[in-house]
Amino acid sequence: MTTQVLEQNTGFKLSEWIDTRPHHFLLLLVGVLGFLAMVVYSWQHLAGIGVEPTLTAALGKAGSAWVTMTLAGLAMGLLIFIMASGMTLVFGLMHVLNLGHGAFITLGAFVGGSALAALSGMVHADSLLANLAAIALAIVAAMLVAGAGGLVFERLIVRPVYHDPLKQILVTVGGSIVILQLITVFWGPNEIPLARPASLLGSFSAGDIVLEKYRLLAVAVGLTIYAGMQAVINKTRIGLLIRAGVENQEMVENLGYRIKLLFIAVFMAGSALAAVGGVMWGLYDQLIHTHLGDLRMVQVIIVIIIGGLGSITGCFYGALLVGLLFNYLSLVAPAVADFASIGLMVAVLMWRPQGLIPVIRV
Amino acid sequence: MLNSILSGDYPRSRALSALLLLIVLSLAFAPFLFPGTVAYQTYSKICVFIVLVASYDILLGYTSIVSFAHTMFFGIGAYAVAIALRDLGTSWSSVLIGVGSGLAVALLVGLVMGLLSLRVKAIFFALVTLAVASGFLILLSKLYHFTGGDDGIRFSVPRELRPAFTVFEDKLTGFDIVGFLTTGSLDEALFKLSFDGRVVMYYILFVVCALLFLMMLRMMNSPFGRVCQAIRENEFRAEAIGYRTVYFRTINVCLSAGIAALAGSLMALATRYAHPETFLSFGVMVNILLMTVIGGMGTLYGAVVGAALFILAETYLQGGLGWLHGKVAGVPVLADILTPERWLMWLGILFVLSIYFFPKGIVGQLRVWAAERRSRRTPDAADPAAATVSRH
Repeated sequence: MTTQVLEQNTGFKLSEWIDTRPHHFLLLLVGVLGFLAMVVYSWQHLAGIGVEPTLTAALGKAGSAWVTMTLAGLAMGLLIFIMASGMTLVFGLMHVLNLGHGAFITLGAFVGGSALAALSGMVHADSLLANLAAIALAIVAAMLVAGAGGLVFERLIVRPVYHDPLKQILVTVGGSIVILQLITVFWGPNEIPLARPASLLGSFSAGDIVLEKYRLLAVAVGLTIYAGMQAVINKTRIGLLIRAGVENQEMVENLGYRIKLLFIAVFMAGSALAAVGGVMWGLYDQLIHTHLGDLRMVQVIIVIIIGGLGSITGCFYGALLVGLLFNYLSLVAPAVADFASIGLMVAVLMWRPQGLIPVIRV
Repeated sequence: MLNSILSGDYPRSRALSALLLLIVLSLAFAPFLFPGTVAYQTYSKICVFIVLVASYDILLGYTSIVSFAHTMFFGIGAYAVAIALRDLGTSWSSVLIGVGSGLAVALLVGLVMGLLSLRVKAIFFALVTLAVASGFLILLSKLYHFTGGDDGIRFSVPRELRPAFTVFEDKLTGFDIVGFLTTGSLDEALFKLSFDGRVVMYYILFVVCALLFLMMLRMMNSPFGRVCQAIRENEFRAEAIGYRTVYFRTINVCLSAGIAALAGSLMALATRYAHPETFLSFGVMVNILLMTVIGGMGTLYGAVVGAALFILAETYLQGGLGWLHGKVAGVPVLADILTPERWLMWLGILFVLSIYFFPKGIVGQLRVWAAERRSRRTPDAADPAAATVSRH
């Protein structure tokens, strides 16, 4: 009824909007449901501490909790997006499912950790600018090493098995074992604590709304990467070739472009993005260890499945959804928070078997 | 007789037959040939993993379904037995209840997963199983009171399976074959063995594993198995011929899940311990994958060879690397790479190389060589079936 009225008055078709923009719809749905859950939670909480709950009090409390959790969730989603973006990029163009992606996340974390240790003067300096510069340098170092690693990995491990998905899965799993063992050779098997600069510890607060300082940095880096990827893919000539390669690889080759060079470049970029994710997550956890990447991989995989394998926009929205859902539930129903992303993935796949934004038909 | 036991699926290579015979005979007389606790754990593990890897091969090798949730079923079987024996008291009936409920749960989850594959295909399916399996692992560690969380469950088994129980008083004589080969002394190699509960347990395990393996061999050489192989080669065509591929896929996933659960139950009974790390971790899943591929996908004999070689390597490769490490102790980088702790890296390298150079695995490669030799000897009478065996 309401949708019909809406349609008559504004020409806005709800079902069509849901169909063409399922990612916006889901994000809105999760946000609204999260707010409602917060209201119920606040009501119960007020009643629980012996205060007569009123609607305004519950709404006010829920509002600030919702803003806090939404900000935290978006930041967490962006952290996951940074890690997942490389994998979906590589799959989108090359149709290579790189299960060794987690090893590159770990590699990035270790290289970044070493770089930060070498730059300890700047890390401990009492200026935000110097601290950020140290982190930026660490990220660049991690990207360079992981990019070089990606080059070797692509040449040695992945190239012989293009067009054979099963072997890709097997070989990249084998390759990631070797990378992780080599990391252990260089950095040792122990966990390494990674101190965050003092200026990025603690949080901002306004009233009841709290935002960790580091999460703000995560949001900034994540949005920069998303905007950068969108700009490169939609606005540059290389991006044009990548998009064309996703559509029809043979045609791009027939037009005289060496798609193999493009493949190498994209694979290196994917590994470098994984490394950025590794550094950012290492600083978030303040601890790096060899299982860092593997532990994140499950979330990364969930995110790129929700988004639709190969889609960067889908990956972005998938990551935000997972981050928001986790943060809302960790306040309202902590017991189920860990399974929320898996439940969301199954639900999305039942609704749309190719993910929110299907790019590749499999 | 042999034809009906092996369901007409012969090794088809003399070297392979010899290797299989060696492995089966060693396992059949293992308690009399290899003394010691480490050896006991190793040969029990080999038996269980032969069945586990074979049940994975039914999926991966015969039907080309990539699943990362196989350890989940292995764990379901193990935990069902562990929980039953812990909560229902130590008796044979709780063993049966445990094995039965593990099997039932595994079949049910397998059914759901098989139906899921109706909607979610190929790579998506593989990734979804990975996520579901990790969710199961989280669930297990959260339900601390029921599953023991990260500590696992220690439980006791019925009296007849304990080391303290002896079937008869007289000691038997065993022959330590490794000791004989290393020392060369016949007298020292003889050892006394009491036929205790552990040996009983091993023989139960051995017989059940052998039966399960022969059952799988029968299944995969039946019309059902042929349809599975048709799905592997070209699912669209199999469907066009008129087979409901979803039925076959679902039955296949269920069977594989059920057999994996039985293997888990046996392993738990043999070790008297259910722990997430030994049954459910992603490392175990990778090991199963390695064994399947190294042995040879789409050949159940590959599971025997792969599991036996891999577990022997896992247990004894570290010793070999230790010896090499001693030789190059002075060299800086080389010494780091050759420490016994790095055995997994060498295995990873071997794995990648074996996929490139022996994509058919050990069994497939031996069969190809045997077929080539046969066709060289009698060019006209070359067996066309042997040459095209297991193209995957």
